[in-house]
Parts: sequence; structure tokens; C-alpha cells
Amino acid sequence: MQFLYSGITSGSIYALVAIGFNIIYNTTGLINFAQGEFVVLGGMLMYTTLTMFGLNIFSAFLITFILMFLVGILFERVFLRYVRLKTEINLITVTIALAIILRGIAMMIWGRDSLAVPSYVEEKTVLLVGGSITSQSLVVIVVCFFTAIVLSTFFKYTKYGKAFRACHDDQVASTICGIDVNLIRMLSFAIASFLGALAGAIVAPITFVTYTDGVMSGLKGFSAAILGGLGSFWGGLFGGFLLGVIEGFFAFILPSGFKDAFAFIILLLILFVKPSGLFGKKKAVRV
Amino acid sequence: MKKFFTIAFLLCASYLFAEIKVGALLALTGPASILGLPEKQTLEMMVEEINKNGGINGHKINLIVYDTQSIDDEARKKFIRLVQKDEVKIVLGPTTSGESLAIKDLALQYKIPVISMASSDRIVNPINKYVFKVAPSDDHAVQTIYSYLSANKKVKVALLTVQNGYGDSGRASLLKEAKNFGIEIVADEKYLDTDKDMTSHLSKIAAKKPDAVICWGVGPAPAIIAKNFMQLKLNAQLVMSHGVASAKFIELAKDAANGIILPAGRMIVADQLPANDKYKAILLPYIKDYEGRYKTPVSTFGGHAYDAIQIVQQSIKMGGDDLASNIEKIRGYVGTYGTFNFSETDHNGLSKDAFVMVKIDNMKWKLLK
Repeated sequence: MQFLYSGITSGSIYALVAIGFNIIYNTTGLINFAQGEFVVLGGMLMYTTLTMFGLNIFSAFLITFILMFLVGILFERVFLRYVRLKTEINLITVTIALAIILRGIAMMIWGRDSLAVPSYVEEKTVLLVGGSITSQSLVVIVVCFFTAIVLSTFFKYTKYGKAFRACHDDQVASTICGIDVNLIRMLSFAIASFLGALAGAIVAPITFVTYTDGVMSGLKGFSAAILGGLGSFWGGLFGGFLLGVIEGFFAFILPSGFKDAFAFIILLLILFVKPSGLFGKKKAVRV
Repeated sequence: MKKFFTIAFLLCASYLFAEIKVGALLALTGPASILGLPEKQTLEMMVEEINKNGGINGHKINLIVYDTQSIDDEARKKFIRLVQKDEVKIVLGPTTSGESLAIKDLALQYKIPVISMASSDRIVNPINKYVFKVAPSDDHAVQTIYSYLSANKKVKVALLTVQNGYGDSGRASLLKEAKNFGIEIVADEKYLDTDKDMTSHLSKIAAKKPDAVICWGVGPAPAIIAKNFMQLKLNAQLVMSHGVASAKFIELAKDAANGIILPAGRMIVADQLPANDKYKAILLPYIKDYEGRYKTPVSTFGGHAYDAIQIVQQSIKMGGDDLASNIEKIRGYVGTYGTFNFSETDHNGLSKDAFVMVKIDNMKWKLLK
């Protein structure tokens, strides 16, 4: 059973990253490959505010979130906005370049060592049937579900949420209806960056934070988002947990070196059968 | 006639003020920079001291340091530059195993001795007349662990090794040495450096009921393993490799580090060595000088640089131009890591005596007897 709990722990991390991917996809139709770097920056800012400046947890979170919100805004305003030819492939390439830049900056500021962020809750082991899970992992799982609930409500029922979705469907039509598409695009990056910071901040006590972490968490989070169906928060959540549990399961039954390979084979198989992902909507396109 | 005097004067001058050019290839930037920096600082400190005391046989040392950026190809380029442009007599470094292996053939081609500070056994095996190393091999660490475990009747051992060069080489020597010490390997698991939760691997290991779990890795992953190990309350002794013998590991793993045992160089427990220990007399002054000068804690990697420059000094003192043959004749040099006994067939010179077993107790290193 332990593989299940292990899978849920790593799965919740993937899920949070996957949700970040979905926000930007839901408004711009883009894949932001710097999402993993947002997570790293979030963890590193928490380290800076908590350990280096010795602030209390509340203000540390607040400062981290505000800074990352600004990073998201800058990201969109400065870099994506000035791309001459705004095709999807161009913009996605820009996000890859930015991911590399952010990684380099993180290395220069915080160095190559892994940083440890102190735990926010008392470190306890919760015994469950056939295994155990730590109190820190439970926090991550709760935050994961909470985020998915808040975001899907926001996108479905609020005025702004609907504006976000309208931008994804048709930017020209949205502009005609009086939606400030530029603002919405900027906000979607800001929220994604904020969510990355949230993910980074709450997983940092479990996994530590190293400047290269963004590569793998970005990749796994992206896979989770694809697995669950791009654009669906619950899909991202479920995709993340599923990917984590599959990995844990293969680490348990096979020589553990194969676990990543098998997790991705399962991912491929699902995509062969259902290309839109487990929770993805089929898009009808009128010709 | 005037010309003759000028030439004679220049010849005398060049003899009197002759310097010995020593090259150093160190990873001062890139992933291995945490190793390269203390090496550079140690070399600079030592060379300054040697020159202040009149140099070697009256000749001052001129140390030329190049950064290899932790890149193998860069090490090759800088090696050629040291040999052709700077005309050095001997090269210290490179810092990492990959870089050392990359210049192995060049050392033979240019007939310039190289004293590597990296650990891979392949640097000196198969042997190359001009390539030496001062860092102990994985075999030495494994022998130290196994002899401790078998002395403490913990013979059922589970392995958990990282899937990269470091882990593979450790795993190979763990598997190879097991039967020499009567150790039975009950599980052989691997993990990736990017894994964030190792409880799956550990619960699989727990099912085999080992007496000890040996984890072979560096970086943050061993700290995660230590935490997971504590979480699952595994009833076994957790053993780590010498790769985590740094304050960074304890900082990451916090109280999960307590109780872990590992092989390490004597440097981190120098103050706990018995007063008559022959290494204590070398380590304490070095640590005092280094920490006094650079205001940072000493690192075992600086110790490799210390040993390398001492070996250079000894080999030059022997006289003659064939430094490689001189190094092969060095016996019983007591360094920071152990006693070096070089020979024509052993270009490392260390034995398992290079490591001692230490335990992390109350987040501090404690020497195990």
C-alpha cells in the first residue's frame, strides 16, 4: 500500500504544476514551459524570506506571492507581448527560452546547492492502512484540492472567469464583446505564476528546492495536464495523482529504475486511446 | 665577447631565478564548483607558504590555475594550453572524474604527470605512467562500510543507489566486495536524482527485512531518503556514502540525519581523533590555516589539493626531471586522507585506511571506533 501513499505525495506536486499549465492554456491556448521554473522560484523566495530574512510564515507567504504575481505580469508584458509574430509556436518557444533564463537567474542568485525550507506544520507521520504519510504531504494534498475547487468555480461562474474562457475560444470575438484581452492574458500569466509559487512554497519542505528542479517538475506537470486533458482543472488534478500512483506502483513491482519509463508508457497508451486526455472535452470545429 | 657575457649572465640569472611551473585544472564554475573552489584556495595558500619558506630546492613555485568549468572538453583544451603555452612541469587536477578521464591520453602523449583529485577508479586503472590520483576510490569506502557492518553482525544488506555515474560505480563496488566480507545483498534498488518521494522504494526494501540499508547518492535525494526512512520507521541501520559527508546534508535532512552512519575522510572529525593519531598533527594546522585565511569551513576537497601539492613538492625534491617516476617512489607520505604508498602498479597509493566510519549524532559528526 505504501506505493499508493508515495504516489499521492509526488502526484499532488505534479497536480499543482498541471493546474498552472491549465490556467494559461485556458485563456491563451499556450503551453507555458516556464511553469516548472515558477515553482522553483516560489520555493526559493520562501527560503529567502523565511530562512534568510527570518520573517514569520504569514508575511513570507505574502511577499512570495506578491513577488511571483509581479514576475508573472513582467513575463507576459515584457517578453510575450513584444513577439512580432504571435503564432502559438513562437510564443511557446519564448516560454522555453524564458524557462532557461529563469533557471540561470535562480542559479546566480541562490547558487547550486539545494535549499531546505522549514516545515509549516509539525512534522508527523500519519499511519494509514498498510503504510504511512507525512503531515506535510497531507497539507499539499489539501491545498491541491482547494485550488482546483476555487479555480474551477472561478472559471465557471464568475464574470472574470467567463472572460478568461472567452479569450481562449475566440480572441477577436471577445474583444468585440468588450473584454480587455490584453489584460486577461496578463492576468492569466500572473495567476499561473502565483500558483507556481504556491506549489513551490508548499512542496519545498518535502522535496527541498534546487535551481534545476523546474525541468523535471515542469515535464511531469505537463504530462499530468495532458493525461487529465488540457484545460480541465479536475483533469489536471486527477492526471497528477494518477501519474504519481503509476510511478509509485512501478517502483514497487519492477526494479525501481524502470519506473519513469513505465509511467510514460502508460501515458502514451492513454493518449493513443483517448487523445484529448481523460477529462478533455472534444472540440467541435465548424469548417 | 660582449655577447658571450650577456648570454652567460642570462643563463646564470635564469638558473638563479628559475621557477617551477605547476599547472592546475580546477572546476571553478559549473556543477563541480563547490569542489573546485576549496581546492584552488588550498593550492594558493600552500604555494604561498612554500614560496615564503624559500621554495623547493631554492626554486619558487609558479602556480597557473585554469578553470575547466566542470566540462570535460574544456579540461582537454586547458591541459594543452598549460603544456604548450605555459610549459608546466606537472598538472594538478582536474577536479572531477569525467575531466580526469578526458585528459588521460593527453598526459601520456605530452609526457606530463597529472595528479587528479577525482575519485573514479578508472583514472588509475588501467594504469597510465603519467596519471595519478589522490582521492580514495569507492572500493575503499565500500570496504570500510562492509568491515564495520560485518563486525557488528549486520550482514543482510539492501542497496539503494542513484542512477548516474556516481551511483553506478558505487553499486558496482558494493556488489563486487560483498562476498569478501560475508555480506548478503537482499535488495538492489535504484532511484533517480529527481525523485521526490522514496517511500515506495523503501517499503519494497523493508519487505526483505535487511539489517542495513546502504544508500549511494549525492545532493538532495539522500536527504529525502533519510526523511522517508524515518517516516516509515524502518528497523534497519541506514548507511550513506561518503558523498554526503558535508554540513549541507545535515542541514537538509535535519533530525532525520541522526543515527545515519557513513564512511568519511578524517577531516570532518579531526578534533575527535586520539591525540597520538598521526593524521591529527596534519589536519589540525591545515584546518586552522584555511579557516583563518578564508573564513569559511574547511572542506575535504581542499584536503585533496593539500595532498596533491605535497606530493609534487616531494617529487621535485627527489631531483631529476622524471617527476612521474619520482612519484612512483613515494612511500609512507602521511596526507590528509591517509598514508600514500605509490608504486609502479598503484597510482593512488591509498588503502581503506583513507576512511573512518562516522555517525551523525545530534546533528554533529561523531567518530565511530
